[in-house]
Amino acid sequence: MSAATAPVEARRAGPADLLGLAARRNAWTLGLVGFLALLLVYTKLIQPRYGVTGIQGLAISVLPLALAAVAQAIVVIAGGIDLSIGSMMALINVVAAVLMNGQSEEFGVAVVLGVLLLGVALGAVNGSLIVLTRVPDIVVTLAMSFVWAGCALLVLPTPGGGSATWLMNLVNGSFGNEWIPQAAVVLVAIVAVIWIPVRRSRMGLSIYAIGSNRLAAFRSGVSVGRTKVLAYALMGLFSALAGLSLTASTGIGTPVPGPYTLLSVAAVVLGGVSLAGGRGGVFGPIVGVMILQLIRTDMTFLNVDTNLATVLQGIILIGVVMIGSLVQIRRARA
Amino acid sequence: MTLTTTDLLLEATGISKTYGAVVALKSASLAVRPGEVHALMGANGAGKSTLVKILTGAVRPDRGTIAVRGRQRTVHSPAEARRGGLISVYQEPALIPDLDIRSNLRLTETPVEPFRHWLRELGLEDLDLSSLARRIPLASLRIVDLARALAIEPDVLMLDEMTAALPANLTERVLEVVGSQRGGARSVIFISHRMIEIASVCDRATVLREGETVGVVDVTAGSEERIVELMVGQIVEDMPAVDARIAAGNGAAGVKPRLTARGLSAGTKLHEASFDIYPGEVLGVVALEGQGQDELFNILAGSERPSSGELLVDGSPVSFRHPADAIRAGVVYVAADRAEALLMQRSVRENIALPFTTRIRQWGLIDLAREHRTVDAAVATLQIDARAGSEVRRLSGGNQQKVTIARWVAGGVRTMLCFDPTRGIDIRTKHQIYRLLRDLAEAGAAILFYTSELKEVQLVCDRAIVIFGGRMVAEVSAAGADEPSLLRAAYNLRSDAPMPEEIAAEVVAEGPAEGSAEGSAEGSADPTVPGPDEPGSR
Amino acid sequence: MSGVAGTTAARSRWLHVAAWRDLFRDRPMIPLLALLAVLVAASDVVRPGIVAPEWAGIVLRAAVPLAILGACQTITMLTGGIDLSVAAVASMSGFVVASLTSGPGTLTGIVVALVAAALAGLVTGIGVGVFRVHPLIMTLGMSLVVLGMANFWQLQTIQTQVGVAPELRWLGSDAFADVVPYSLLIFVPLTLVIVLGLRRTGYGRMLFAIGDNPTAARLSGARSWQILVVLYIISALMAAIAGFLFSGYTNVASVSLVDSSLLPSVAAAVIGGTSIMGGRGGFGGTIVGALILTVISSLLSSLGYPEAVRQVLFGAIIVAVAAAYTRATGES
Repeated sequence: MSAATAPVEARRAGPADLLGLAARRNAWTLGLVGFLALLLVYTKLIQPRYGVTGIQGLAISVLPLALAAVAQAIVVIAGGIDLSIGSMMALINVVAAVLMNGQSEEFGVAVVLGVLLLGVALGAVNGSLIVLTRVPDIVVTLAMSFVWAGCALLVLPTPGGGSATWLMNLVNGSFGNEWIPQAAVVLVAIVAVIWIPVRRSRMGLSIYAIGSNRLAAFRSGVSVGRTKVLAYALMGLFSALAGLSLTASTGIGTPVPGPYTLLSVAAVVLGGVSLAGGRGGVFGPIVGVMILQLIRTDMTFLNVDTNLATVLQGIILIGVVMIGSLVQIRRARA
Repeated sequence: MTLTTTDLLLEATGISKTYGAVVALKSASLAVRPGEVHALMGANGAGKSTLVKILTGAVRPDRGTIAVRGRQRTVHSPAEARRGGLISVYQEPALIPDLDIRSNLRLTETPVEPFRHWLRELGLEDLDLSSLARRIPLASLRIVDLARALAIEPDVLMLDEMTAALPANLTERVLEVVGSQRGGARSVIFISHRMIEIASVCDRATVLREGETVGVVDVTAGSEERIVELMVGQIVEDMPAVDARIAAGNGAAGVKPRLTARGLSAGTKLHEASFDIYPGEVLGVVALEGQGQDELFNILAGSERPSSGELLVDGSPVSFRHPADAIRAGVVYVAADRAEALLMQRSVRENIALPFTTRIRQWGLIDLAREHRTVDAAVATLQIDARAGSEVRRLSGGNQQKVTIARWVAGGVRTMLCFDPTRGIDIRTKHQIYRLLRDLAEAGAAILFYTSELKEVQLVCDRAIVIFGGRMVAEVSAAGADEPSLLRAAYNLRSDAPMPEEIAAEVVAEGPAEGSAEGSAEGSADPTVPGPDEPGSR
Repeated sequence: MSGVAGTTAARSRWLHVAAWRDLFRDRPMIPLLALLAVLVAASDVVRPGIVAPEWAGIVLRAAVPLAILGACQTITMLTGGIDLSVAAVASMSGFVVASLTSGPGTLTGIVVALVAAALAGLVTGIGVGVFRVHPLIMTLGMSLVVLGMANFWQLQTIQTQVGVAPELRWLGSDAFADVVPYSLLIFVPLTLVIVLGLRRTGYGRMLFAIGDNPTAARLSGARSWQILVVLYIISALMAAIAGFLFSGYTNVASVSLVDSSLLPSVAAAVIGGTSIMGGRGGFGGTIVGALILTVISSLLSSLGYPEAVRQVLFGAIIVAVAAAYTRATGES
């Protein structure tokens, strides 16, 4: 163990040091990207015809899940969790589909805006209930998933409705180069426009703060309750975007929630976001989603039974969390 | 305590705060003039930290008023306190571990240039602002917290044990900076154990004892005695036959020690602790907060593994990996923090009987009749005045503490480690516990007794060891263990020797303890997690 | 709770909010049973004459398997955990028996299902107890694994005849005199074991201890991983039994049969007074909770409300009841 000099007090860091620091801080995410790259190579190997259409298909199927993962990541970073994301997506999806059905394209714009506001409201409801009733977030969001799913069924009992054409065109097809799926561009644009400014703002810092150490945040003057509600409202916004992407990619509304809640948790865990809060970002979970989807695709190519694919997804989720836990335990004992 | 109330920068009067059955502050007051450095002193548990937390909005008082510059203010949150010009630097730095320093500054709207200026003054000009708070050693982190507070230019700055765990060079700088505030526009409230520091930077000192203000002293040469007197109060007379016990001795000659520690170390917190505990004696441990006694007790109780050294029970070496191992070797642990040791929502009976159902072969049907007998006997021995079926949560602090002891008494005590068992409980119960410990010792138990109240040492112990900076620095017999001597030994004898650098520099901050991580709401139902109203410590 | 003073004093006390709160906290069964009575009365108002022994039999038949699943949640929630894999395990177990009934026989099917469930519980227990994975994540993941394995099994047995065993049908759907369901033959002993286990065994004490204060339990010598591994095995076994009954009740063998009862099982436990933070609760409340939920479902369907309304109502009830409990116990 070294003596007097504290190890961190360095002179202004040079570019090499900064790069090293960035690499260390984002080691997990870099590892994920590397793994994704390997997976893509592997996919090409087992399915030589995997090309533009494959990437297209991947992007479109990833979009709703990626947005759901971002929504979950925000809440987990704030030190919470939300088990109603899938239901929220279904509700937004059917509301949008019902309202846009048979209406003009311009009306569709209004619907989209309205539905996004609705998402914010839904998220704020979750957050407010958690803060006001002091009931743990797991119970509240589990219960609210019931409520939102029921509302979805009430709005639209069976799949139906429609979508504005411009919305569907937004996520289908390519953007310029045929290799760049529209869906991917949309994803990047949404995250860049919404999350990155928030992340850099004081609100973003407060969100990280309450997740990292609620007591220190409180002592630093952060309004813990208000920040929590804001985090959930932001989650609602992203859930609404995820629901809209379902409308856009399927063209209809489906009231039954898909497996998005569970998969969003899986993606968040895989993406290196600590369930304890305060750490991580949205990039990791997005890459995690891509990895999960690609694995599924690969298994289809390998003619592996889809059920084993499900099993594998579950095993990956558990395995990743176990390894993460071990690392934490080992670190605490050292 | 007559002070002119005109131009007082801060005046707090009649502050009281009770946590359930525990009275943290009875009627405390504090009056601070502009431009002075004012010491807040008192023994552990006298209420200093609670008072500071109330002044800076982390805790709401039950009664009392706070006035800044003559105008009354309600301070109900740290944000409000900041706006009122009251800032506190706690022992656990209020920096967010997962954010870098720059982000932490932005979070609290601290201007960067003044912050840098103060960092320079405090000797940390080389600090890289983009490093995560988590990665910065605790000592440096506390300096950062201080610099951050100074940069906002508060009216009143409160420093809670600022120099504890700081290496010599940083301590010097801190004292210089604090001293330079004298005569300025700002005032500093300075909590410290170290008389030398108080004497060098403070103008006046307010002394708290058992939750109330007992005196305000001008800090001049020789005022230390007066301060010690105020802190100590009256020695309670009625413990019988201290002299008789000393005269009788504990007849240790020829008796083998029950527990032997040889060279126990725990990382940087504990160094080479070696001592013996004999059956039939109570061995005291005297130490200021955080001098390594926590680690020592954890090692003996089996919750922590020593980084080196060995432990022998009845002469044979043992290696504890889990408290269950220690319990099986007859070494039981009574914790200071009742919230740590008790199942609050369960009954007295269940709490006392807890150790009897922990092993797999004890998982079957409980012999209720036998359990009732054992529990009732323990309740009687401890004189717990509550029904065995009542929820422990509803008991007074004293009764709760008795339950934690009764748990082990029920099964028969061979070796008992008591960590500050009388913290925060009433006088009557304290005496009952003292007598119980003596009785247990007389019946052949070996007892290790750490207390933050020095007067207890002479009442209860046969001899005592003093720990400072992780090392055993003295051993005192009961005869020489009167409170003023112990106080001087723990405060003066060692107080001007600051923490060795290599110990302080290595400690990395984790931030204040957090409970359930899955996002409980603001203020959790879990009693072990400090919520915004923080009963976790005093 | 102090005794009754004078009549006027007692009456004014009943009007006092604090008295209600104390009642809620100390004897939660009383308001629960009152709520159940109100709901039963409401059912009679909506459909006069419906409240008859046959109706009670129907309610019981539906409530029993739900209550057993609620037991799984109760015991895991006591330790501050939860078991979201019970639906998958229950469905899997029901399906395994159905797939083996025509071949090796019902008894073999039951044994195989129980072993499979125990294995699933073992893995879950190791994940939670040894690797300290959060039970939410662990059981969510296991639900995927079990579902996938069950589907896989389904594919393997696609050739064989899959049908619910007549014994299970008898247990699940039939009732003595059309009123007293035969599933009580399983449920009553199981209830006795659970209640006794929680109140009178050392293991039960350990569950409460770990949930209330894991540190205190550890300092008293408890090795939590042992307790947790056994816990999740027990939960999985009970889920399997519930699966047999569900399968018998609906006469369906499907790997996703029990999915819609997962969240109601949590609801039953929460309504019944078991705290998700751990250390507080019991099976009696869960049983009443399951009855309440079943009566509400039946009430809603006689009112002609769609399934969706039931869902919304369940969700709202969970939040309201949990909030009430948190206020009642937090403000003591």
